[in-house]
Amino acid sequence: MEPRLSVLICSGTGCASNKSMEVMDALRKEIATRGLEQEVEVVQTGCQGFCAVGPIVYVQPDDVFYQQVGVKDVPRLVEEHFLKGRPYKDKLYVPPMGGMPIPKLMDIPFFKSQVLVALRNKGLIDPEKIEDYIARDGYQALARVLTEMKPEQVIECVTKSGLRGRGGGGFPTGVKWASARKASGDIKYVLCNGDEGDPGAFMDRSIMEGDPHSVLEGMCIAAFAVGSSQGYVYVRKEYPLAVQRIEVAIEQAREFGLLGKDILGAGFDFDVEVRRGAGAFVCGESTALMASIEGNPGEPRAKYIHTVDAGLWNRPSCLNNVETFANVPMILQRGWEWFSSIGTGDVSQDPWGGSKGTKVFSIAGDVNNTGLIEVPMGTTLREIVFDIAGGLPEGKRFKAVQTGGPSGGFLPESLLNLPVDFDRLVEAGSMMGSGGMVVLGHDKCMVDSAKFFIDFTADESCGKCTPCRIGSKIMLQSLEKISEGKATEEDVEQLERVAHEVANLSLCGLGKSAPNPVLTALRYFRDEVMAHVHEKRCPAGECKALITYSIDAGKCTGCTLCAKNCPTDCITGERKAAHAIVTDRCIKCGSCKIVCNFDAVVVQ
Amino acid sequence: MPKLSIEDLKKMREDAARKRILRDGESRVRITIHMGTCGIMSGARDVLKAVLSEVEASDLKDTIVTTSGCAGLCSREPMATVEIAGHAPVKYVDLTAEKVVRIVKEHIAGGTVVQELALAVGSEMTR
Repeated sequence: MEPRLSVLICSGTGCASNKSMEVMDALRKEIATRGLEQEVEVVQTGCQGFCAVGPIVYVQPDDVFYQQVGVKDVPRLVEEHFLKGRPYKDKLYVPPMGGMPIPKLMDIPFFKSQVLVALRNKGLIDPEKIEDYIARDGYQALARVLTEMKPEQVIECVTKSGLRGRGGGGFPTGVKWASARKASGDIKYVLCNGDEGDPGAFMDRSIMEGDPHSVLEGMCIAAFAVGSSQGYVYVRKEYPLAVQRIEVAIEQAREFGLLGKDILGAGFDFDVEVRRGAGAFVCGESTALMASIEGNPGEPRAKYIHTVDAGLWNRPSCLNNVETFANVPMILQRGWEWFSSIGTGDVSQDPWGGSKGTKVFSIAGDVNNTGLIEVPMGTTLREIVFDIAGGLPEGKRFKAVQTGGPSGGFLPESLLNLPVDFDRLVEAGSMMGSGGMVVLGHDKCMVDSAKFFIDFTADESCGKCTPCRIGSKIMLQSLEKISEGKATEEDVEQLERVAHEVANLSLCGLGKSAPNPVLTALRYFRDEVMAHVHEKRCPAGECKALITYSIDAGKCTGCTLCAKNCPTDCITGERKAAHAIVTDRCIKCGSCKIVCNFDAVVVQ
Repeated sequence: MPKLSIEDLKKMREDAARKRILRDGESRVRITIHMGTCGIMSGARDVLKAVLSEVEASDLKDTIVTTSGCAGLCSREPMATVEIAGHAPVKYVDLTAEKVVRIVKEHIAGGTVVQELALAVGSEMTR
């Protein structure tokens, strides 16, 4: 018997680490106990996006969304909803600002403003079942391409669609494919960049984990267009589930004749293998990635010879990002007109003339709804941060949003109405990157934040070119000096000069973009930076050398909680009497401020 | 698994139509069995099972079978509501497995409302 209910439970890394797989087992067991196993199917899906409220259970066709489901909720959920047909109220979504529970997924603000293209199968298929992908039109675009189209027509369709590289470069995909097709050589490669090294970014991981066949289908279409018969998916070993799901998908696709020799009996050959990276940030850079696949150290090279002409093993290579490939089948299936109707600008004359389609972002930091979202290009930062991500948690005010990962820039409140697309973000001093978005509240110091990210990029610099290797270290030292209150105006000038030089002279994208946090901190938050220099003061209260902790005797109730939690035992005071901090032993860890229930700890 | 041809691929997609409409939650026809305590007591589970097997037997790929709570008219349970896109919903009362099979055949598959089993046509506001 075909089931009447589909219970879709998220097995993405976020929900799985909150024990969603135990919930799934409990659901299966309870459903069997109730004799409903013929009527109710339980499906493990990839990431459904709303990671903040996981484990997530979504029930179709009723369109009911359950949040934070635990094993103990399972018996009531099964009885109320699956047996008696009414939503189980205790686990429905409740908006962060309060109000009535919202049963329907499509009524939840986080979901209703999204437009799904790359994430079209998000949460609706079992990523380890090729049948589920085929049921939702999977491989239909490939079938059409192989039987009805010439490679040139495929390239034309992708070019006209306005699709640009989702890995961050924003290079027009169709233009790249055309160059790869023209490149001379018998053997050409189609490569998928699944390296995704940005801390806090998980767009590509979610696609590989949740819908791996969409990537393989996109690669296969690209291979047909450029004339390749071998592809590689480059994934970091830190993504074990993504590696596993892609490998399972490749096996299934081979078994069904959708990879390998004579695909779909149409006389076209293409096969894919996985290559695992060790997790260096620089290996997401095209030439470093290819060096890494070859088994060499992951170092970039100058690109006066393009990789489409001489890339992997010096052969023509067409490298696209995971999300780019996931978009491709939809473009071929629904047509370039449809795709280019979404987004900004005009690409009919110039492929760089706009940003078309949608973009997936992972949103993190000081917001209520952390997770994964997909929105049309041109959606404003304000809509993303406040409407979809639900704004900042109570008590926090918006200060900045960093787009594009660790080497993206900080954008201030005055730019919240900026439409997000490739070109507007660059104009504002940031970038699209692969789509990471980190929201910073009013209590985050921009010097400290810039220092954090420069520390990351300095650490990840491969060291091949001097500007990046030395420049990132100099920037880090200058930022440390500023945050310690030891910097002069000359130090800030030097920091700015070096930042521009690193951006202009570095060999690859890592160095070219690394100074963005510094440059935008100086561009939009100069007053705050200069307060560290002139007044030796950190306005946000984060730079440890410039702050002192004390206790407001008027507010302190003498509950002793702070003294109990102080790691250096530097808080003194009798029970039920005002406490005090012995400043010279205080390490400014902030433990007392976190535990105080009376807001009595003062940071100055 | 033998390798797929283009035709096999298309057929696989067609055969999975029910899976697709179930997970998308969108279909031409939706039949809701009311599963309040009153409904279950008067046999709604058997009615539901009969609907499920008849929908399968008649291969009605565009039909979603779903459940909801008590419909409010406890004395006439088991009840079911048939919604067909573009038509007013129809509520059926005092159902049994045999009666509901007739409804699936005549109303859902055939397009003719089974007047003698219906409580009312278009009596309630929906969506």
